[in-house]
Amino acid sequence: MRIGVVTFPGSLDDGDAARAARIAGAEAVRLWHGDPDLHGVDAVVLPGGFSYGDYLRCGAIARFAPVMESIIDAARGGLPVLGICNGFQVLCEAHLLPGALTRNQHLHFRNRDQWLKVEATNTAWTNQFTPGQEILIPVKNGEGCFVADQKTLDSLEAEGRVIARYVRGNPNGSQRDIAGITNEAGNVVGIMPHPEHAVEALTGPSLDGLGFFTSVLRALAGSSADGQLAGGQQR
Amino acid sequence: MARVVVDVMLKPEILDPQGQAVANALPRLGVTDVSSVRIGRRIEIDFAGEPDLDRAREIADKLLANPVIEDFEIRVVEGTTAEVA
Repeated sequence: MRIGVVTFPGSLDDGDAARAARIAGAEAVRLWHGDPDLHGVDAVVLPGGFSYGDYLRCGAIARFAPVMESIIDAARGGLPVLGICNGFQVLCEAHLLPGALTRNQHLHFRNRDQWLKVEATNTAWTNQFTPGQEILIPVKNGEGCFVADQKTLDSLEAEGRVIARYVRGNPNGSQRDIAGITNEAGNVVGIMPHPEHAVEALTGPSLDGLGFFTSVLRALAGSSADGQLAGGQQR
Repeated sequence: MARVVVDVMLKPEILDPQGQAVANALPRLGVTDVSSVRIGRRIEIDFAGEPDLDRAREIADKLLANPVIEDFEIRVVEGTTAEVA
């Protein structure tokens, strides 16, 4: 299985995301923002960082990168896409996920190990967790406050599209403690904390992040077995 | 040269922590009669020919503002002299 990891100008966590994919047992394929060719990858990770210097709004300019045009098309066709931190912001700006990420309510950059409660486990990126499972992965953001109108928040909850919530403290003021969400099909997931930083005992607070990467391998294995697009068959 | 100005503001229901931080600093300047500060962004677009408000609106809607959290207003600024770099 080939997991593509995009590098935008200003990406920081592309190296760690590629490493996490390899540790999970995938082949990591580096994708370049200016190249619309996805090189036949089976899934894509949009990593954390400060694409285009966070100019205008976080993710606003990355959304128009040549590689994103291909990713947006492929995501609508079922390609599993995980956006982490800045990648989550890019997915919202690209309208692949609803809502927006805004300045942390307390204005401070937060960098700490964060407990999350996993909720939706029927997505391409969370199927290896159990509903209600608590996991510990690092959070590090200045603009991670998830906002959406009440109707959108209500429908996300009603449709079971919240994949994880902050527990034991909300680091940024996100509405309803939302840390991550998925699209209707379950193939596109955005999460503010960083699973790719929790895949090895030496460097992470846990190995809990690995589950996101093993989940997509499971989803892809399932989809190639029954000949369907990944993600879609999960729901 | 024709200039179109786009003002982008957070929607009223979206919390503006930057504006709050500025408002909270005002008493230290001796200003005590300000009840609220909200911070937005002004963008100046210079067209080569006639100002194209529809084009500017499209630019604002697709890129300059995020309609999920922001509103924008556009207007033509008359009598702008070209600034040549």
